[in-house]
Amino acid sequence: MTTHPATAPSTGPATGSKAAAAIEKARREGRAALIGYLPAGFPDVQTTIDAGIAMAKNGVDLIEIGIPYSDPVMDGHVIQEATVEALANGFTVPRIFDVVAGITSATDAAVLVMTYWNPVMRMGVRDFAERLAAAGGAGLITPDLIPDEASEWLEASDEFGLDRVFLVAPSTSPQRMQATVDASRGFVYAVSVMGVTGARTSVGAAARAVVDAAHAAGAERVCVGLGVSSSAQVREIGAYSDGVIVGTALVAALRDGGVDAVAELTRELSTGTGKATA
Amino acid sequence: MHQDTGPEGTGVRAGDAIDAGAAEAFLSHDESLRHAPGPYFGSYGGRWMPESLIAALDELQDTFEKAKADPEFTAQVAELNRNYAGRPSLLTEAQRFAEHCGGVRVFLKREDLNHTGSHKINNVLGQALIAKRMGKTRVIAETGAGQHGVASATAAALLGLECVVYMGAEDTRRQALNVARMQLLGATVIPVTNGSQTLKDAINEALRDWVANVGTTHYLLGTAAGAHPFPSMVRYFHEVIGDEAREQILEQTGKLPDAVCACVGGGSNAIGMFHGFLDDREVALYGFEAGGDGVETGRHAATITLGRPGVLHGARSYLMQDEDGQTMESHSISAGLDYPGVGPEHAYLADIGRAHYEPITDAEAMEAFKILSQAEGIIPAIETAHALAGAMKVGQRLAADLGPGEKASDRIVVVNLSGRGDKDVATAAEYFDLLPDDSAEQEIAQEGEQL
Repeated sequence: MTTHPATAPSTGPATGSKAAAAIEKARREGRAALIGYLPAGFPDVQTTIDAGIAMAKNGVDLIEIGIPYSDPVMDGHVIQEATVEALANGFTVPRIFDVVAGITSATDAAVLVMTYWNPVMRMGVRDFAERLAAAGGAGLITPDLIPDEASEWLEASDEFGLDRVFLVAPSTSPQRMQATVDASRGFVYAVSVMGVTGARTSVGAAARAVVDAAHAAGAERVCVGLGVSSSAQVREIGAYSDGVIVGTALVAALRDGGVDAVAELTRELSTGTGKATA
Repeated sequence: MHQDTGPEGTGVRAGDAIDAGAAEAFLSHDESLRHAPGPYFGSYGGRWMPESLIAALDELQDTFEKAKADPEFTAQVAELNRNYAGRPSLLTEAQRFAEHCGGVRVFLKREDLNHTGSHKINNVLGQALIAKRMGKTRVIAETGAGQHGVASATAAALLGLECVVYMGAEDTRRQALNVARMQLLGATVIPVTNGSQTLKDAINEALRDWVANVGTTHYLLGTAAGAHPFPSMVRYFHEVIGDEAREQILEQTGKLPDAVCACVGGGSNAIGMFHGFLDDREVALYGFEAGGDGVETGRHAATITLGRPGVLHGARSYLMQDEDGQTMESHSISAGLDYPGVGPEHAYLADIGRAHYEPITDAEAMEAFKILSQAEGIIPAIETAHALAGAMKVGQRLAADLGPGEKASDRIVVVNLSGRGDKDVATAAEYFDLLPDDSAEQEIAQEGEQL
């Protein structure tokens, strides 16, 4: 079982934040939260819902559902291939609310949507926020929206009580770290390496430095993503962060073995958080 | 997938209703539009980018601002322009071509005479110097028709930088000879097989590379689009086109032109040319977009004409997108204009009414391509042929609107001849059916390949 760094600020539950509540629940159990990512509509909407439910039942605390997008510059080839297939299979953006509602109606997991910004802008930021909240969603993770450009989203997320998870990276300056931590709600997403998504054998020392810097800037919850694919990595990263995000490995499991494989990998990953042995 | 269109389905600019306040402000004030520093042009521009790249963009912006203020840097740029690129480029009066333009006087700004054959060299020399100032050892670039890739490989060779060029796999096939040129210059060309395998996807791949290698690498973006500071920086290096053209037309005719024409994909040659005349309100500015098979067919790249504001590749601008916000695939006979976005400063100039943007079909462009070749002995790039076809329309309109006692030759149109057509000879030969049926060239060209 992992313990949490003394450097992390005290952590009362953030009022109204579903992501914060999920991470705090894990923290009360003495472990880091496990966050699983899948793209919506891969290979179809119902499978995404089934796989999300399977993740929730097998040890994931928080689910991240990606909107397939034509120009995913932060995604590696496994996720990009999955999203291309989802689009080819007819996925349309409003279906994201079906996926979120399908998972939240069957589980207690907090569900965040990961999306590049143009689809949200196209629908209308306020409309998107309203529909996401109505579907039971927790909020948004925005890989190509920085707080500097986010005034509309800050307003809409306040109005509908949604989390706004911004990213920080090894290259983030102290000033930007502070501004991004201040703008975030739910948690801060620490990019572990300079690069795009994809399983890596090591995420290196950069991840810990980013997490420490975010905590020092006052972030109560910092979760690490990019490159995490094994329970050993989950254990290592969960020792100094508040949550660990796994994406590519779960997408590959779904691609190769379906929902059962997702359930099995989730169980395996969750041993890294100490949950399975708690 | 569909795009939003106006009441008749074509020709209504989405921006007409969007930035009416800006248009009103523009019409009622005398403020200079030149040298806008960004990050915003009206509501366009900005930085819609992953946080991982923001530090690099900050470093680039800081380096660029200091370089602009450094006389040693500006002297270096001027020296390379003069003694390497071959500037100033000529301004050539095209008297026989003018007969196809309603009889107005037509002047061609000869960017085709630059080293590497297009305006692209202006930007790459400047950015490669910036890369050196930042201590970067490697540049990456994206390219559609290959002209920016060739220019980037050239500048990298000159300044001793490693160069990697991303190019859509479809474009490497269409422009095989330019791929060979880049390789001869020492660059590595990486064909991109994602998406539509054209310019848009090459940019995505270059961005992925940049995120992973940002410590050593400068992304040498080829057009006045992307995240701040790229739109204003790329424009800065191309402003020399408009500055020279303005001085030359005054010297040769004693007055300013009635209209200035340029082709617009991302819009780098056009924004450089326009800038020389932006504050001359009496000079009409025209940008000609790729109308492909016709804007009513959906197979085109007429971004401002039929796009809607959105974000792509780091900037908010007009974008060809479907109702879900997914980027649509663009189509053009010109690989260099085959891009669904456009630089944000163009979006702003369109909204405030300072520049006008119109589509030119593949057929119209190819007709102008043939006319210029045979009237003036200049084979233009197919990109440029869009500007020439537009100039023919503008000239004819000017001639039709003459007042009493005026003659067409009182009117002057300047066209930016952004590049020469060597790279497009195979496409043109196939288009005009000039290749014998049994020739090897015909067989190759049927596939759209470069000879």
